[in-house]
Amino acid sequence: MKQSGGWLWRASVANLFFLYGPIAALIIFSFNASRLSAAWQGWSLHWYRALWADQALQAAAVNSLWVATVSTLLALLLGVSLAVGLEGLPGRRQRQIEQALLLPLVIPEVMMGVSLLLFFVLVRMPLSLTTVIVGHALFNVPVVLVIVRARLRKLDPRLLEVAADLGASYGDALRYVTLPLLSPAILGAGLMAFTISLDDFIVTFFTAGPGATTLPLKVYSMIKSGLSPEINALSALFVIVSMGLIGFSLLLQRR
Amino acid sequence: MHAKEMILALCLALFLLGGNLACQRMSGDEEQKTLHYFTWSDYVGPELLAEFERRHGVRVVVDTFSSNEELLAKLQGGATGYDVTVPSDFMAAIMIQQGLVAELDPAMLPNATTLEDHLQHLPFDPTQRYAIPYLWGTVGIGYDSAIISTPPDSWAVLWDSRYAGKISMLNDQREVFGAVLRSMGASMNTKDLALIEEAKVRLLAQKPLVKAYASDHYDQLLASGDVVLAHGWGGPVARAMKDRPSIRYVVPKEGGTLWADCLVVLQSSPRKELAMQFINYLLEPQVAARTAERLLFASANKEARPFVPAHILDNPAIYPPLELLPRLEWMTDVGETLRIYDRAWTELKMQ
Repeated sequence: MKQSGGWLWRASVANLFFLYGPIAALIIFSFNASRLSAAWQGWSLHWYRALWADQALQAAAVNSLWVATVSTLLALLLGVSLAVGLEGLPGRRQRQIEQALLLPLVIPEVMMGVSLLLFFVLVRMPLSLTTVIVGHALFNVPVVLVIVRARLRKLDPRLLEVAADLGASYGDALRYVTLPLLSPAILGAGLMAFTISLDDFIVTFFTAGPGATTLPLKVYSMIKSGLSPEINALSALFVIVSMGLIGFSLLLQRR
Repeated sequence: MHAKEMILALCLALFLLGGNLACQRMSGDEEQKTLHYFTWSDYVGPELLAEFERRHGVRVVVDTFSSNEELLAKLQGGATGYDVTVPSDFMAAIMIQQGLVAELDPAMLPNATTLEDHLQHLPFDPTQRYAIPYLWGTVGIGYDSAIISTPPDSWAVLWDSRYAGKISMLNDQREVFGAVLRSMGASMNTKDLALIEEAKVRLLAQKPLVKAYASDHYDQLLASGDVVLAHGWGGPVARAMKDRPSIRYVVPKEGGTLWADCLVVLQSSPRKELAMQFINYLLEPQVAARTAERLLFASANKEARPFVPAHILDNPAIYPPLELLPRLEWMTDVGETLRIYDRAWTELKMQ
């Protein structure tokens, strides 16, 4: 037993290193004094200062935060109402609809991007920040749905019966019983959706119009003018924020 | 989260989206006062943009793309609302052909009358009806003079086995074939299948010597000493010189590519007049000179030269010496032959 435990432990450490080694390297090199990513010339905060002064990057960061906030709220709105509404349907219909709704989770993102682009052109909606928000809301609805549905299934259905016995209408029960019990899942799902939106490149790439350059798009285009360690600094911040949000989201879901 | 909060969130989301839509449909006046510039990352200094905004009382919004192909895909996909963009010469030719580019009014572009002589009549737009060259340069070889003591003068040096594993080539099929075709005394725009086949054989022979096919980070490879010979555009080589002063740049005697990134107004632009004012502004001698200094690419406006610092003007990686011109050629459309290049390139990359 003890031996296999030690082996497992070593395997886990190796695994963790495999997962986090590159990210650690990125973060360490964001403090590199040299412009070259290959040569180490001592510690420096130079690239974080450069980042602070870079207006184009800041504009992209504002775009990203805006898109993530609005699309998350939209996805929550649609996702939560879907999850609650589905609960009222008979079992088979419920499964069919749910499977159809989860499809965006398995469709390759590139296809989703192209189809969104075609759709927007078809309905003559000029590409802009709004189209990016709609695109992000679209792929985040299933994420919210999955998380909220998982929590809903764990709720004791008798709670609603009790509420009805005590004279609560459907709306009252929803408001005073279901939603409060769901709130950790809703918050968790929101944080997850926010993170996914913040990091998204492919769907954004296809749906972005004038004035809609988000951080991932900007970073990608910066590679052309040389891999500046500014990108490392920015990515390091992004990794830390994303990891924090995901950790927070998991914490909330466990509650 | 209580129901009230849910309803609040709902209202907030709708409000934000609505506000967003409203922003898109700003009053006509406001809309006329925002110029959308679609360009390469870091292609214009923020202080230059601020100056234009101040002078014309407008706002300039910059969006960035990372390759000519991305730019074309975006525009073909139906993206509208961009006013000015900067394709490279060959892509400008394609965009003109596809009707994506608006005709210019020469009366609004006085600064375009003083372009460098060789940039006044681009092969695909000889009368400057559609495209105004902005920045230009060459494709040649960056090398480390500390390692390669006799300055190379021929493309053949990229086949020198002494530098095995220390050579980088552009990750660009036309340019890589261009280098080898020139070393064979041919044009980079050849449609001769036998020549292309021979070029492919030579590239396959070279491949074991090549460390990387890199278009984006060969300045870093050169500066860090990971490669001592790099096939590439002059600007990044000039950038590498800052970190490693022993780096030099040469356009081999067989000749190299002449390129220019061109300013164009898009056909779909709702603000063509402002767009032309912007192009004219970017070509102003002092503005152009500051751009050349920042990006390490030569400005197309001859009148900018007096304002460019001497060390930039004298750097052959940035300002190609004019006596090189007879040996330089534009990359032009090869039509159907492109498929042959495509296949040969794929074969090279797969092996």
